[in-house]
This record gives sequence, C-alpha cells and structure tokens, in this order.
Amino acid sequence: MTMIDENPTGAPSYKWVGSRSIRPDGLDKVTGKARFGADLTLPGMLEGAVARSPHAHARIVSIDTSAAEAMPGVHAVITAADLPDLAEAGAKTDDVFMSEKILARGKVLWEGHPVAAVAATSREIARAAVAAIEVVYEPLPHVLTVDEALADGAPLLHAEMITRGVDPAPKTPSNAASRVVHERGDLDQGFADADVVLEREYTTKPVHQGYIEPHACVADAGQDSRANLFVSSQGHFSLRAMTATTLGWPPSALTVTAAEIGGGFGGKTTIYLEPLAVRLSSKAGRPVRLVMGRDEVFKATGPTSGSRMKIKMGVTNDGKMTAAQVWMAFEAGAFPGSPVGAASMTAIACYDIPNFLVEGFDVVCNKPKVAAYRAPGAPIIAYGVESIVDELARSINMDPIDLRLANAAVEGTQSSYGPVFPRIGFVETLEAIRDSDHYRSPVPEGMGRGVASGFWFNIGGNSTATVHVNEDGNVNVIEGSPDIGGSRASMALFAAEEFGISVDRISVKIADTQTIGFNDVTGGSRVTLATGKVVIDCCRAIKEDLCRRAAKTWDCEIGDVEWVEGQAQHASGTETPLSLAELAETAPRTGGPISVTKSDNVRGAGAAFTTQLVDLEVDEETGVCRVARYTTAQDAGKAIHPSYVEGQMQGGVAQGIGWAFNEEYIHNADGTLDNASFLDYRIPVASDLPMIETIVVEVPNPGHPYGVRGVGEAGIVPPMAAIGNAIEHGTGVRLNDLPMSPVRLLDAINQRNDG
Amino acid sequence: MDYLAPITIEEAVGALASTSDSRVFAGATDLIPQIRSGRPEPGLLVDLKRIDRLTAVTEGDTSWTIGAAAPTSGLTENIAFSRQFPGLSEAAGLIGSDQIQNRSSLGGNLCNASPAADSVPAMIVNGARAIIATPDGTRTITVDQVATAPGHTSLEPGEFIVEFEVDKPPARTGDAYLRMTPRTEMDIAVVGAGARITLDADGNCTEARIALGAVAPTVRRVTDAEAALIGHPITDDTLSAVAAAASAACDPIDDKRGTIAYRKQVAGVLAKRVVKLAAERAAGTATENGAH
Repeated sequence: MTMIDENPTGAPSYKWVGSRSIRPDGLDKVTGKARFGADLTLPGMLEGAVARSPHAHARIVSIDTSAAEAMPGVHAVITAADLPDLAEAGAKTDDVFMSEKILARGKVLWEGHPVAAVAATSREIARAAVAAIEVVYEPLPHVLTVDEALADGAPLLHAEMITRGVDPAPKTPSNAASRVVHERGDLDQGFADADVVLEREYTTKPVHQGYIEPHACVADAGQDSRANLFVSSQGHFSLRAMTATTLGWPPSALTVTAAEIGGGFGGKTTIYLEPLAVRLSSKAGRPVRLVMGRDEVFKATGPTSGSRMKIKMGVTNDGKMTAAQVWMAFEAGAFPGSPVGAASMTAIACYDIPNFLVEGFDVVCNKPKVAAYRAPGAPIIAYGVESIVDELARSINMDPIDLRLANAAVEGTQSSYGPVFPRIGFVETLEAIRDSDHYRSPVPEGMGRGVASGFWFNIGGNSTATVHVNEDGNVNVIEGSPDIGGSRASMALFAAEEFGISVDRISVKIADTQTIGFNDVTGGSRVTLATGKVVIDCCRAIKEDLCRRAAKTWDCEIGDVEWVEGQAQHASGTETPLSLAELAETAPRTGGPISVTKSDNVRGAGAAFTTQLVDLEVDEETGVCRVARYTTAQDAGKAIHPSYVEGQMQGGVAQGIGWAFNEEYIHNADGTLDNASFLDYRIPVASDLPMIETIVVEVPNPGHPYGVRGVGEAGIVPPMAAIGNAIEHGTGVRLNDLPMSPVRLLDAINQRNDG
Repeated sequence: MDYLAPITIEEAVGALASTSDSRVFAGATDLIPQIRSGRPEPGLLVDLKRIDRLTAVTEGDTSWTIGAAAPTSGLTENIAFSRQFPGLSEAAGLIGSDQIQNRSSLGGNLCNASPAADSVPAMIVNGARAIIATPDGTRTITVDQVATAPGHTSLEPGEFIVEFEVDKPPARTGDAYLRMTPRTEMDIAVVGAGARITLDADGNCTEARIALGAVAPTVRRVTDAEAALIGHPITDDTLSAVAAAASAACDPIDDKRGTIAYRKQVAGVLAKRVVKLAAERAAGTATENGAH
C-alpha cells in the first residue's frame, strides 16, 4: 500500500489513529462465536416461511389459508389482512408502498412479492404450509425495463401514479414516478463552443449487492403489543421505525438488537422479513425466526437499478469541457425510489463544466424494489460519463488523466448539484495515479489500459455514543451504529488516541435501541465521520472531567492540569501524575462514575473522490477478459485504520469488476428471474481478481477533528468505465452496455473483424 | 426421506430394489442443491461412499480402475494418474471448489447427465468404460453410452456404476481438457472440449479423439475433426479444419449462460486449442496447461 500525505510537515502525528490494530470483532468471527441474524435460538421458537408470488404482475383474486392453518405444527398464518391498511389509514404514500412491499395487498407486482407468511414448529412444516396456501391470481401484463415501462400504453403498476417533478403535472398516470433536473449555463452555447461533441447511449442491468449472509431475524412479541427483534441490518433504529410503521406500532414498542452482519453494501438498510416475524410472533404467542434462502434474496430483496442513459458531451481541442447533457431513466422496481436522484447529483460532479442539463427519471417496473447499493446510482451514471470522457480524450489526442485534471472540481468549484466544494482531493487522486508505478509502466504487450474516476458525497447525520471509564481504568465505548466496515476498530482507535492509552484497553459495543440514543442507518459512509465525532466529543468531555477531578485531588485550578499520554499532569510538575486507572479508582470520591453521552446531528461530511487504473488482457477468440493489474487511489481524508480503508477500496473495486463483466439479473419473457443463484449470478471469485493495489490519498476533511472522509462507497464508482475504457484501448471495441460479458465482447469483436 | 449407507454392492443393489422411489448418490454435490431448489425428494437415498470398491483408485498393468464414487481430489492429487492422464485429471479438478472436490466423483458427474459435465469429454476421449452393477451381476458399457439426454441415463432402475476402467495411453499420446467459463472457477462450462492425440515418430497424427461438452444434449464426439487430423501433422491448417468441424458439430441452445452463435464459435476455438495442447503433450513439448 502507498500512503500519500497531503501535508507531511503540517499534519499532526498520531499514535493510535492510523495504526493497524487487531480488529475487535475478528476473533469471534473466525472462531464462529459471532452471532449473525439467524444465530439466535429462543425457547419455544417457531420457524417461519414466506409465500411468494410466482407472477411478475397479477391481481390477487383470493387467498385461502385454511389448509395451511389446519396442518399440525402450524401456529400462525398471516396475510395483508393481518397488517394495518396504511392507505385506508391515510398514511404517507411512501409508507403505503413500504407496507405493500412487505405483504401484497390486492396485486402482486413482481415474482417473489410476499403474499402470506407462516410460523410452524419446523422449517419443513412451515414450507409445506406455504405450499398449502391457495392463492388465485389473475395474471396481468408486465413491464420489465424502463423502455417497456415508459412505452405508450404500457400496463401500469400503480393506477394513480402521476410523475412528480414535471411542470405542469401530467394529467394521466404513468410508470414514471418522478423527474429530477440539475441545470446551469447555456447548453446550446456550450456545445457551440466545443470542437468535438460526442453523443452515446448506455444501458445497465440490475445487479445485487451479493452479501453472503441472507436476511434473517428473530422476533419475540409479548401480548402487550411490544416486541424484541434480533436482526442483521445496517441500522437497527431505522429498521425499528420502518417495522413499527408497517405494524401500526410506535417505534418505542420495539426493542431491536443488532446482530453481527454478514455483508450489507446498502442492501440491509430496509425491511423485508421483520414485520412478518413480529406479526407471526404476536399471533402465535411464541418467538419466530425467519431466514431467507439465497433464491429469496435474489428474487425479493433490492438489487440496484437497471438503466438507460443518453449522454452528450463537448470538449475543445485544448481539453476544456464546455457542455454536458445527461438523460437517464432508472428502474425502481415495483415501487418508486431508484437512486436516480443521487445519480443525477453525482453524474458530472467530478468536473467543472459551465453548461449542463442533467435529467433523471425514476421508473417503476415489475421487478423487486431496488435497495441501496454502495454509492447508490453513482456507478451506473459513471459508467456512461466516464466512458464518454475517455472517448473525448481519445478524440482530441489527450491523455485521459490530463483531460480530467484540466476540468477537475477543486476547492471553491460550485458542484454540479449546488454546493461549493470545500477542500477536496480529486486532483490528488488523479496525480496519485499519474505518478504511480502502474501508470509509469508501459502497457504490457497485448493488453489494454483504462482510467476512470468517481465521486461520492459521504454524509454525516444523527449519532449517539456513551463513553464510560470502568473502575479499572479501561474504557467502554457504547454506540448504536451497526459495524459493517470496521467502525468498532475506528471508534476504539479514536478513544485510544484521545485518552492516550493502548487500544487494547478500549471495548466497543453496539447497543440495542432501548440502551443508547438514536442513530441513523449505517450508510453514506457516515459512521467513522459522524459516530466517530460523537465518540471523540465524549472522550474530550471525559478528559475535561478527569482534569477537573485531578484538580480537586490536588486542590489546584483546573487550568493547571492537562491530560498528557493517558494521565493528568500538573503544569508545575510538582504533583505525581494521576493515571486513568488511578482517577477511575477514586471516582466515587471525585464526583461519581466517569461517563459521558453525546448526541449530535453531525455536519461537515467531506466528499470522496477516486481515480482508478486497470490493465487487462482480452482473449479475442472467446471474449474472456483477465484483469492483470488494478490500482485505485482514493481520498480517505484520514485513514483511521489503514487496513480497513484498503479493504473498502479493494472491496468496491472487486464488486465493480463483477458488475463490469458478468453480474446481471436475467429475466425470462414471463417476468420470472432466470438466475436466482450464485451459480448463474456471477460475482467474482478470488482467482478472477488480481491483488488490487491501493494508494490512500489523505487530503484532510476540514469538517472532522481527524480529517475523516468516508471511504466505503466511492471505490465502486469507476471500475465499470475503467474496464470498458481498457477494453477499447486493447481491442478497439467499445461496449456501451453492462455487463461486458464474453458473449457481448466476442460479438463486438466479430463485428470489428467483419467490418 | 430415508437414508441407507450399505457397505457391499449386493446390499446396495438390494436396497435400491426395495422401493421404486430410491436413488443412489456419491458425493451428493448435485443432489443436495437439486433437492434444495425444490426437486421432488426421493423416498430412499442410498449412499455409495461406504462401499470400498466404489472409492478405490487402482493402477493395474495396462489400465486404471477408478471407483465411481472416488473423490475427484483423489485423482488430481494422484501423481501417477495425473501424469498419464493430465487432461482427465484437470477436467476432474474443475468440478466445483476444493471443498466440493473432496465429495465430487466421476460417477456422479457422469450420472447427473449434465451436458456440461467437465469430466465426461475427458473420459470419453480416453475410451473409459463403466462397470455397472445390476440385480443380475455386472455389465460393461463405454462412457459415451451412459448419458442419453440432459438428466437422463441409459441405466435401468436399480443399476449404478461401480467403477470405471481406462486403458493406459499408448506411446506418444497426450490428452487435454479446456473449458470456457465466465469465471475462472466455481462455474459451469459454457463450452467444454476434450482431446486425446497420438502422434507417430514424425509428428503425424495416428489417432485422434475429440469430444465437446455443453454444445448438445449430450457430450458429442467430433469425428469429422478427428478425420481431419489422421495422417497429418498438427499445423495451423489442420487446426483450422478441427475448429470448423467442431463448430459444425455443435447443436447448442440459447440460454442464460451463452448463445448458440457464441457456443458454436467458441467450440471451434477450444477444439483447436485442446488438440494443440494434447498434441504438445503427445510430443513431450507441452509447456503449460493451455489457455483459460
């Protein structure tokens, strides 16, 4: 790994922050002790199963559960009739849609849409009972893509849906849920100013996050409309709120405990099984466990959007981008809510382009409702934009990094989505790649080389933490952000750095929803920044308290005491310093337990940029590509735990490589999914990937005490375009559709050879 | 669903005859995923792995005997076997992951009757024979006579393969197997190609066997490609003829794993490459294991 320090002389040096400490969750995970979503077993617990629609679109004529209910061992069967009708109750449209996602009401909208659920004494009985539920469907015509959904006369998923964001509002309903626009300058003038204008169309397919742990939860409802819920998720507070809304309960009636999580990547920020488990448990009077099979994960949980994009960009011969026009339509799945908004904001955020129009449509179709996936929306639009930028560079004979440098957003640039950028590190990532051993090495014989860049906002948000100094002087950090990427290690390093004690003396726990204050979902690469900030605030308040206690002990002014390397010191040096352990031991006499809780809606998130470089070899007779070398440079702001930062950067690239070559939802003509397994939904295996080289760029975020930016998401933004660019460089063939599979690539090579 | 694990062939035959709803298995690496995906559960499962003869791998004077349920890792790790049959060993080593390799077997790979089974083209080009247990004793057929259609074999109810016999190759003979998969491993062949080539002292081909997987309902011998090689050295021209004959011999389907056009074209490419590799092995000039 390479670390590039933006400011080697001025940057503070840390003892713990930036070190590669042993991960606190590691031992339990490698020894099998860690408890994931399916690992809780309670006395009397029942096993659940979900009945799902075999149709992509159908009216539910009737549901007969009597045979299932009569089966020995079956304790509860639920349908939409067992949940409140939120539409009837006048709830917000989004909540109505969320409720209908959990259990179909009136219509099924995709293959896999839940229609009923069962709790029984064994999984086998539950499954047999599901098979015994008789649902009569009246199949309806379906739409699977944005093209089908937006076609004249297309069957409507939601009969009354009027496109939002269009003025004047359309008079007739359609499958277009909303439109977003970002524009600036004079587009016609911008294109007139260009020497080269290119216009391209791109398509992408839905791809799944592919987390290894299927969705799983255990619910234990009392007779008092309260329940405990144990679930693997990215945010037990937000799941609590969503589950409660669906059940018609107040959120405080649910105690949600975060299980360890076996991967989420955005996909575990929403609910699927949780209200079913709680309702089954309350109906049966016993705890209920629900665990999805892999086919259910593929069919019934959110992938990210398939899309169609049209991009037109202009550049002068000396490399100035003059105008960009971007149109995109994203599949939302069965309910509105694709990441087209974020895609529109990120589309050209890397660049300072004076004239642009970015327009996006959120389109429903008969597929599972999409869910967040690592930098939601950004990789999709970046595939198009970073491909056309590469073509523009080629068309004016300019190095692709130089073209990006010439147009890069910097501190003070007004971003394409509005705000003026504070200090950002895009240029530094470009320079890091330009100056890397990889870029300076000649392209190996027979290979192609590609470059692409990416942007992700990162966010702050609501976090709460408690820090408690135990009577032995060791420190507990209690937080409420599920750890999906190493946040416990980072929190421990922050606390160790603040107190000046060994990280081994810090214990970090993720508390349940009744034990710690509110925390937003773990998403937007926010936790190291925002939860880190409140942990640091706690530590600093405690250090002040410790100095006050030392002053009391020494009978001096607090101003004469300072905290240095794990102990309180008197400025005069006349007193023997008091260690954390000594102060903890005497705490009852100096003010009681040493504990602080801090909450904040944390601002100051710092944007992440990344530039990536790939060499690949194309077997021109089979269309199979081999990635030979891959280097990613990303601005982390400050790498708190560098191994985790590298892992996040590599993980994003690994997922992007899978997305580039093979991953896609393949639907049959009848609207059913044809590849609902890891055999035919091909995420990369280890031997598909080279060692992904990382260059951690550190341009500190001025909005955070340690300069942290988020690192979890940006890494997945550029790989598809970088790979497409490398394929063109190596073969002369340009692919504008994902995945760039062997079948597609060989077809394009054949056309090149024939043409 | 009942389970039996007999320790003799006779017990296994008897168990299978005890009910019409019985099924044998070796490693169960296909069976368990099939049941999990919703295929009907058999009433009786008969585990063949406890029968010594079905897991033995034995080198004789002129041939090898390989138990139908012997784990494929036992073949890939057998140095003498892998030296004599590098192609068959490599094909067996492509089935699943390392963990799967400790369960998967040639008998299971063949009797699952997938057109894409990796070991089958390699067994066929090596002229492997299947010894089949029947209620009346044993009978022997060649491996190419076992699978009749996807998921179907010529075995009668109550029959199972005990072992395979494969003769040691003559002098100046090499075998090879190549497949195309989108991933480097943990995948299923979109096209597979096996070849065994024998050369004379001058480098002319005296014997050729070429078989393709995943391009027809069952593994397909490409006799036109074989004929194009006999009596000739391995040159670009003869390899082009092999490729053309292989593409022409395909009768593939369009599915999520590949198109008809893709399979035909790549079958030709892999046939050419696998013949070249097998010939290099025959000539003792092979330097690598062939392209992906």
